[in-house]
Amino acid sequence: MDFFGRLTIDSLPFYSAIAASGAGVTVLGALSVMAVITYFGAWRLVLFDWVSSIDHKKIGIMYVMVALVMLMRGFIDAAMMRSQQAIAYNNEGYLPPDHFDQIFSSHGTIMIFFMAMPFLSGLINLIMPQQIGSRDVAFPFMNSISLWLTTAGAGLVLISLVIGKFSTAGWTGYPPYSGSQFTPGVGVDYWLWAVLISGIGSTMSGINFLVTIVKCRAPGMTMFRLPLFTWTVFVTSILMIFAFPALTVACGALMLDRTLGFHFFTNEAGGNMMNYINLFWLWGHPEVYILILPAFGVFSEVVAVFSQKRLFGYISLVLATMAIGILSFTVWLHHFFTMGSSARVNSFFGTMTTIIAVPTGVKVFDWLLTMYRGRIIFKPPMLYTLGFLVTFVIGGLSGVLLALPPIDYLMHNTTFLIAHFHNMIIPGVLFGYLAGYMFWFPKAFGFKLNEWWGAASFWCWIIGFYLAFMPLYVLGLLGMPRRMEHYEIAAWQPHLIVAAIGAFIIFLGIVCLGVQLAVSIRDRNKALDLTGDPWNGRSLEWATSSPAAPYNFAVVPQVQSIDAWWDMRRAASLMSRPAEYEDISIPKNTFIGAVIGGAGFVFGFAMVWYIWWLAILCLAVIFVAIVIRASDDDTDYVMPASEVKKIEDARFAQLAKAPKNEMADDPGFAGQPMPEPST
Amino acid sequence: MTAAADTMTVTPQDAQKYEEKEFGFWLYLMSDAIIFACLFATYLVMVGNAAGGPTGKELFSLERAAAETALLLFSSTTFGVAAVALSQGDRSKVLLWLAVTFALGAGFIFLEFGEFAGMIAEGAGPDRSGFLSAFFTLVGTHGLHVSVGLLWILVMIGQVLFKGLTAPVASRVMRLGLFWHFLDIIWVVIFSVVYLPGLL
Amino acid sequence: MRPALAYRSLALALGAALLCAGCSVIDGPVLDPKGPITLAERDLLFQAIGIMMIVIIPVFVMAALFMWRYRGTNKSARYTPNLAYYWPAEVLVWGVPAAIIVWLGLHLWHDTYKYDPYNQIDPSVKPLEVQAIAQDWKWLFVYPEHDVAVVNELAIPVDTPVSITITSDTVMNSLIIPALGGQIYAMAGMQTRLNLLADKPGTFWGRNVQYSGTGFANQQFQTLATSKEDFDAWMEKAKQSSQPLDAATYEKLAKPSEKVPVTYYSGVEPGLFDKIIAKYSHGDVDREPHAAHADSAAEPAE
Repeated sequence: MDFFGRLTIDSLPFYSAIAASGAGVTVLGALSVMAVITYFGAWRLVLFDWVSSIDHKKIGIMYVMVALVMLMRGFIDAAMMRSQQAIAYNNEGYLPPDHFDQIFSSHGTIMIFFMAMPFLSGLINLIMPQQIGSRDVAFPFMNSISLWLTTAGAGLVLISLVIGKFSTAGWTGYPPYSGSQFTPGVGVDYWLWAVLISGIGSTMSGINFLVTIVKCRAPGMTMFRLPLFTWTVFVTSILMIFAFPALTVACGALMLDRTLGFHFFTNEAGGNMMNYINLFWLWGHPEVYILILPAFGVFSEVVAVFSQKRLFGYISLVLATMAIGILSFTVWLHHFFTMGSSARVNSFFGTMTTIIAVPTGVKVFDWLLTMYRGRIIFKPPMLYTLGFLVTFVIGGLSGVLLALPPIDYLMHNTTFLIAHFHNMIIPGVLFGYLAGYMFWFPKAFGFKLNEWWGAASFWCWIIGFYLAFMPLYVLGLLGMPRRMEHYEIAAWQPHLIVAAIGAFIIFLGIVCLGVQLAVSIRDRNKALDLTGDPWNGRSLEWATSSPAAPYNFAVVPQVQSIDAWWDMRRAASLMSRPAEYEDISIPKNTFIGAVIGGAGFVFGFAMVWYIWWLAILCLAVIFVAIVIRASDDDTDYVMPASEVKKIEDARFAQLAKAPKNEMADDPGFAGQPMPEPST
Repeated sequence: MTAAADTMTVTPQDAQKYEEKEFGFWLYLMSDAIIFACLFATYLVMVGNAAGGPTGKELFSLERAAAETALLLFSSTTFGVAAVALSQGDRSKVLLWLAVTFALGAGFIFLEFGEFAGMIAEGAGPDRSGFLSAFFTLVGTHGLHVSVGLLWILVMIGQVLFKGLTAPVASRVMRLGLFWHFLDIIWVVIFSVVYLPGLL
Repeated sequence: MRPALAYRSLALALGAALLCAGCSVIDGPVLDPKGPITLAERDLLFQAIGIMMIVIIPVFVMAALFMWRYRGTNKSARYTPNLAYYWPAEVLVWGVPAAIIVWLGLHLWHDTYKYDPYNQIDPSVKPLEVQAIAQDWKWLFVYPEHDVAVVNELAIPVDTPVSITITSDTVMNSLIIPALGGQIYAMAGMQTRLNLLADKPGTFWGRNVQYSGTGFANQQFQTLATSKEDFDAWMEKAKQSSQPLDAATYEKLAKPSEKVPVTYYSGVEPGLFDKIIAKYSHGDVDREPHAAHADSAAEPAE
């Protein structure tokens, strides 16, 4: 009778042409990926080398792939909003309210949870263990579960386009609007389960990264020799561990309200919606630092490498990172100064918020001082970093303005706020991740990305950014609220048209990223990274081959200083080959992580549609999978010394043929002795 | 030493791995503690929101809460005895005390289940008021944890039976112990924040 | 892409954005205030932007200067690859932002108290009391002293403080009239308060700015700030309305509807506002969102 819960044939999106075509694109996209894999006969490779892999580098790459796919989807949402608002002066535009509302909700949800979070986890996974001289993360299997739970959440958002609808309650899902009384369909449930399931993955990632940094560092890698990127990951992981539980509680309680008729946040029966908002931002504010701190880490690495100079103010940067981490838990109330709190409460949280500007300002100046008396090389990662430095301070300025409660009373809920946080998240977070993507791509794949297309993508992104978001600041001053599906104030339209043009230029930037990838793969043999150190790097990830061997380091390095690799190379210590290699124990691939993620996805789907038997079945599958894994004491295999030697011999043969320093041909190269590999 | 202790000797590499796992598990417990902290805060915010429905004074029974507390506290002690047996490498004692711990935990869940069922039957279910939503969620989340702990005890009994007291099994039992004592502490807080003020 | 071309297009884009900003922002409600609250908030905005230029401008200058001077191809610039610490620089980079934040923090504290929307604007004058009720998707304003209610229009006399108590009979809303002052949330079962004053006559738009569902974009109203005489005339007109706002009429009105024309009601169900709150609060919930407001002297005991 209710075998499929509330799922019926009417749940398919044939009620609207736009919704149906969105569903069509999603389904076609999935089918074409499968077709490509089948065409290349790559199913074995995909399943046994990637899906089942628990190698941190492969998991990192898969995370970034998820992020790039979701970036595309999130951008399509953005483009639809910008085009709707550009034309919807005194008319309804082309999107009905119900559809527009789903789009702004999915845009925010996707960009935060399924673009930024996977991108961040991907870069961390790929690089952090290599930076600290470790052979893997502390818990490689749990890493795989994290990846597949995040993917399960992303899958739920994607499938909501095909079966049912997505939430209309925004990415923050404020009750009581998000309660079942006002939004009875499946949309908010899709949002809740996507967020809950991926949130569990993020908590596990945080634990994994923190244990890795605390327990798995190479000998000599003291905390105050950690590269800045790893330092930011350290603080971000702490924030993940302590902030995500608040999101779990907020969303879990809202889920209970919706599914079982609880009264946490309802209007009636003693619900308290303000509690949701507190819990949500108790996670939400640390979350923005979870996103941005690793980007700060990337900028710190990039600015030193491409200024060919030591990072200025290492200790200041570390202290500033820690200060931001601590302060991030003390400011959540600034998201709702306008909820009727007293002046005393508002001034406290306003002041705490402005204080965060101090460590952030310190960082900006230390990066600038790193460039001072350097030799700057304008490769794409450095372009993104420079674009960030200049643009980010504007976002910082508007952030401090919003932190002043009297101003926030006017600017809250307007496009000024939208402009502010995009001004932090696009130049701050996304530029950081894109810089990291272009910086570390050779480390992941063994060849460099095309620089012309990289630079083109940067210019499109930054010009598009200014055109798309500066008008939103102005619109905020004109009083335009966020989330307006149409409007009747003529003065707003010109700005919205400019913003739409900006969105189009950002689209060109995304096209450039795609072309860059395609061109680079085509021409990969011309841009091979043979030394493992394409940029004349400073930290230990450049000491491995590109791509790194499964064990990263055949001999665990002895770290002597902050710029470990830079100094080692000068001392020629790491390049000497050991007399003999050791056996190395490496975790075996397993499908259990993917099975748990898959069951998590189906579980979420079943809970959205009230298909209880299926939900229970999925929980049973997860339980059995965990017990099987927990009863397996033979999870590693030993790579014999002979095989290690074979891999290392090949590497040194390649090194002998490689140019002494891959950057030596660059006109801006300042010179750096590259010792001969001993043969 | 006994043969069982022999199988528990570990290489430095393995010792490092168990240490990492223990530290990771502590972090998980901290994270879980934040979940409970949020639930406690929510409960305290909503304790007055009975919406004209029954309040704690009418619903809670000190006897039952005290019995639940006794069972859980006692189960922590018996787990401690199991842990001592583990360090002595005495497999049958480990099994015995794990089984006793399981029985006490199951008794706790039985009592809690009865309490919940009784309240729902009286029309004081979680959908009655904000206060009851918060109560059921806080206490229920703890109960869910205890239930997972019970399943974990069963799995560990199975592992001790089939694998013996090997080093990996022993390290898992130790982490189970952390989890079990953690739940005990959470319960003590629930007893003092939910039941005592509700009744006094 | 040639850098020169790229820089030129960036400059062009920036210029276009600035021009676009300049031409219409002047008459935006925030920058052209019609009341002392928005005026003060705008002035704080300008002051804060000004003081922060102490940090922002050096960043721009340093970025441009260093990018040019220390470009890798400029072999004549000094190159100190190991310069990683210089204590006076560290003192400056921590000290200057900290000093600015101290200055801002003091202003923030002072102005947050001064412009708390719960504060009466002029305690010596009895303000005009208005009750605002958020519905899907319209605003109902009740004038308890005049026994009049109106949908989607708010009339106030110029130079008279207005005290609006706010609640919601639906999801969370946020009431704002940007020309006169900031916003405050409207929440079911609770009461919030906004004190405003118009010192210039005119018609200013106000609306809900907290997303509330499909009719959100249409949830707006006009504020008529008029002379005392015109306000009295408006009130007379409203009182002429044959329609009273009794419980049954209210029930019907509260149902979701969009683009509801301005409607006047004469004779309002006694205690309507409190009944709407009580409907949700069951007497449990503190009617102020934050109990902390009890310490705000401005809020009269209710």
